[in-house]
Amino acid sequence: MLAVLLRRLLNVIPTVGAVILLIFVLFSVIPGSFTSTGAEDGRMLDPQVMERMRKEMGLDDPILERFGRYVGHTLVGDLGKSFRTREPVTKLIADRLWPSFKLAMAAMGFAVLIGVPLGFIAALRPGGVVDSVSMIVAVSGLSLAQFWLGLMMMYLFGLLLGWLPSFGYGDGGPRYLILPGLALGVGPMALLARTTRAAVLDVLNADFVRTARSKGMAEARVVTWHVMRNALVLVITTIGLQFGSLMGTAVVVEKLFSWPGLGSLLVDSVFQRDIPAVQGCILVIVLFFLAINTLVDLAYAAIDPRIRYA
Amino acid sequence: MRKLACMAAALAVFALGQAEAQTPRKGGTIRFTAPYAASLNSLDIHTTPRAQDDIVGKALNRSLYSWDSAAGKVVLELAKSVSVSGDGLIYTYKLRDDAYFHNGRKMTADDIIWSYTRILDSSKGFPGVRYIRIIKGATDVEKGQAKEISGLRKIDDFTLEMTLADRVEPGYYLFNGTTAILPKEEESRLSSHPVGLGPFKFVEHIPGSRVVAERWEKFYKPGKPYADRFVLLMMPEAAARDLAFRSKEIDTSVLGPAQYLVYRGDPELSKGILEVAEMFTRSMQFNPAYKPFSDKRVRQAINYAVDTDLIIKRLVKDKAYRATSWLPSASPAFDKSMKPYPFDPEKAKKLLAEAGYPNGFEFEISTSANESWGLPIVEAMIPMLAKVGIKMKPKMVEVTVLTEVAMKGEHQAFIGSSLTGPDSLATLLCFYSKTPRTGCNYTSFNDPAFDKLIDEAKQSADPEKQNELLRQANNLLYEAAPVWFFNYNKAVMAYQPWIHGLQANPTELTHQYVEDVWVDERSPAK
Repeated sequence: MLAVLLRRLLNVIPTVGAVILLIFVLFSVIPGSFTSTGAEDGRMLDPQVMERMRKEMGLDDPILERFGRYVGHTLVGDLGKSFRTREPVTKLIADRLWPSFKLAMAAMGFAVLIGVPLGFIAALRPGGVVDSVSMIVAVSGLSLAQFWLGLMMMYLFGLLLGWLPSFGYGDGGPRYLILPGLALGVGPMALLARTTRAAVLDVLNADFVRTARSKGMAEARVVTWHVMRNALVLVITTIGLQFGSLMGTAVVVEKLFSWPGLGSLLVDSVFQRDIPAVQGCILVIVLFFLAINTLVDLAYAAIDPRIRYA
Repeated sequence: MRKLACMAAALAVFALGQAEAQTPRKGGTIRFTAPYAASLNSLDIHTTPRAQDDIVGKALNRSLYSWDSAAGKVVLELAKSVSVSGDGLIYTYKLRDDAYFHNGRKMTADDIIWSYTRILDSSKGFPGVRYIRIIKGATDVEKGQAKEISGLRKIDDFTLEMTLADRVEPGYYLFNGTTAILPKEEESRLSSHPVGLGPFKFVEHIPGSRVVAERWEKFYKPGKPYADRFVLLMMPEAAARDLAFRSKEIDTSVLGPAQYLVYRGDPELSKGILEVAEMFTRSMQFNPAYKPFSDKRVRQAINYAVDTDLIIKRLVKDKAYRATSWLPSASPAFDKSMKPYPFDPEKAKKLLAEAGYPNGFEFEISTSANESWGLPIVEAMIPMLAKVGIKMKPKMVEVTVLTEVAMKGEHQAFIGSSLTGPDSLATLLCFYSKTPRTGCNYTSFNDPAFDKLIDEAKQSADPEKQNELLRQANNLLYEAAPVWFFNYNKAVMAYQPWIHGLQANPTELTHQYVEDVWVDERSPAK
C-alpha cells in the first residue's frame, strides 16, 4: 500500500510541473495586466504608479527569470504575494479552503445519498416506474444550469417560503450550506444515479450473480454481497472525479450565493490578472484533485481484492 | 367646535408621528451590498483604487475632506477650519482634536504627515500618490530625493500647514479614500485588521463573503453613527441581489438597466429608488492617428448619425442621462443650456462628403461586453452608422484590457466609461495637449484654443471665473467632438423602506457616509 502511495506521489510531480508551466505561459501571453485592471471603472491609475506597480510585482522582468523565481519559490511552499491584496497567496487560499471543502462535501453528500440509491433502485427494476422517474430526474439534473437552479431555489426557499437564507456564508452552518450545496450537488447526483444504474445493471447480468441466484442465495444477499460490492468500483471512481472537480468548478454557485470559496477567488484573480493568486489556486485545485484520485485508487484495492498495484 | 378640536388633535398626533418618523433611531444593523466583484482587494485603503473597496472604506476610514452630497461639494472632515493665504497656495488647517483611531489613540497632525508620506513610498504603487502630488515637495519624496514632504509643516498637534505646488482646490484630491488618514503603529496589520478614524470599527472580514464593523463609540460626530453594526455583503450577481432584496435580507441593491425597469414599474419597489447622475461619462473615443478621425467633420458626423436617445431609451432603459459634452451635469462647470447633437443622418452624410468620405469608411472599435457601454451599444450603432456609409467592426476585449488598449494607442476607436468629476479642471486636463496619452488624453486632443482656456482656468483664483472658463472649454470640446458623446451614468440604488439618510453621491453612489444612515424598527436585522 505504501509503495502505491509513493508511486502515486511520484506521478504527481510531472502533472504539477506541466500545470505550472501551462498557467505561467498562458498568463504571460494573454492581454491585460494587473496594473491596467485597476482602472476598469473609469478610475484611472497614474502612469507612474502603474510603472511602479509593474516594477514592484516584477512584471517587466524577463519571462525566464520570472518563471525561475516562481518555480523556486513554489518548491519551498511559497506561492508568492497576491498583487491585489499584497498578502501571501497561501493565506488567501487558506481562508477559502475550508468553505470550499465544506461546500464540496455538502454537494457530494447530497449527490451520494440521493444519487447512489436512486441509481441502484432504478437498476433493480429496469424499465419500471421507479427507473423511468429516476432517470428523468437524473437527465434533468444533468441538464439544469446551476445558475438557474440556484436562483429558483433562492426564490422558493428564501423568498417564497422564507425557510432558509437565500445567500451568504453566515456562521458557515447548515442553514447557509443547504441551498448552495443542493445547487452544486444536483449535477453530480444525476451523474451518480446514471453511473450507479449502469454499473449495477452490468453486474446484475454477470455470470457470478446468476450462479449466486441459482444456488438459492437470498436476493437481498445477492444484491448486498455480490452486486453492490462489484458496482462500487465504478461508483467510487465517479465520486472521486466529481469531488475533485467540485473544488474548482463551484464558481457559479459560489458567486451566486456569495460563498467564500476557492472558485470565486480564482475567477476574481483571473479577471484582475492577479497571477500569483491564479497560479496558487490552480495548483491547490490540481493537488486536491490528485489527492482524491490517489485515495480512490487506494479504495479500489480495499473494495476489490483482485486489483493489485504490482 | 368639538369637531375642530378633534381635528386639531388628530393633526397634532399626525404631525408628531411624522416628526418621530424622521427622528433617527439608534441601533440596528446596516446591510449594504458590494455589487462590483466577489471580493475586496484590500482593507488597507491606501493600496486599492477600486470603488468596491471604498464602500467599506467609508465606514472604517476618514480623509482630510469628504464629499457633501447635499451641497454638491467637498467639505472639511478632519479639520474644523482652514485659512488660505492670499496666493491660494498655503492652507493652514485647525485639525479636529476629538478624532480617535479605533485603537483609542487621538489623531494629530503627525498622522496626516505620516499617511501622506506613506502614500508617496516609491517602492510601492499606492494609487493615492496622484492626489498627494498637489503638495509642494511631494514629488521629491516620490522620487526618493527627500524623506519628508517639504510642503507639510506641523505647527502643533492640531495645526497643520500645507503648501501646495499649484493653485488647486485640495479638497478635490484629499477627499479620496486612497488618501485616508491611518495610524502608523498599525501599518503591519492594516490589510487584515484595518484601524481608521471612521464611524465604524472593524470586527471581521470573511474574504469573498462579508465585512462586519461595529459602532465606534468615540467617533467625533456627536450622536453618530446611529446604527450599531455595519455589514457589507459581497453580492456580484444582480439576480441574486434582487432576490435577497425582495426577501429583505439586504438593505440596498445597486440596479442594472433591466432591474431598473422592473423596480420602476413596481408600485411598492418604486417607492425606494435613489437615482443620481454620477460623474461618469460614457463615450466612444476616436483615435486621430486613424486618418478619418483626424477630421472634425467625420467625428461630428458620427455624433449626428447615431440615434443616441433611442439607444438610451431602448437599450439602457433610461438608466442614463444624455451627454451634452464631457463634463457631467453634477459638475459646477456644466452648461445647462447645451443641447445634444440631434439625430440627423442627412447632415452626417453631408459632413462625411465634405470631409472626403462620400461613400463612408470602415473602422474597428474595441469594446467590452458591458451592457451599458459595451457590445450591446455597439451592435445598436452598427446599422445606424451603416446608413451613412460607415462600417463599424467590433473587436471584443475584456473590460480590464480597455485601458491598456487606450494607452497603447494602436486602436482606431474604443467605447468606455470615464470618471469625469468632481474636479472639472482635472477632468478636462484629459484633453489638454500636454497631457500624454498614458495620462488620459486617449484622443490625443490638441487644440490651442482649448489649451488657452485651461491655462487661464488654472491661473484663476476666482472659482466663478474658473468655472466659466471651464464651461467654455467644455463647450469647445463638444463642438470638436473628439468622442461620440453617449451618456452620463444614472446610478440607481434600491433601498428598503426602513433605511434612511442615504445620500445621492454623484462621485459614486455606493460610497455612503454611513454615520448619517439609520434604520428604523421595521428592519428585520437586529
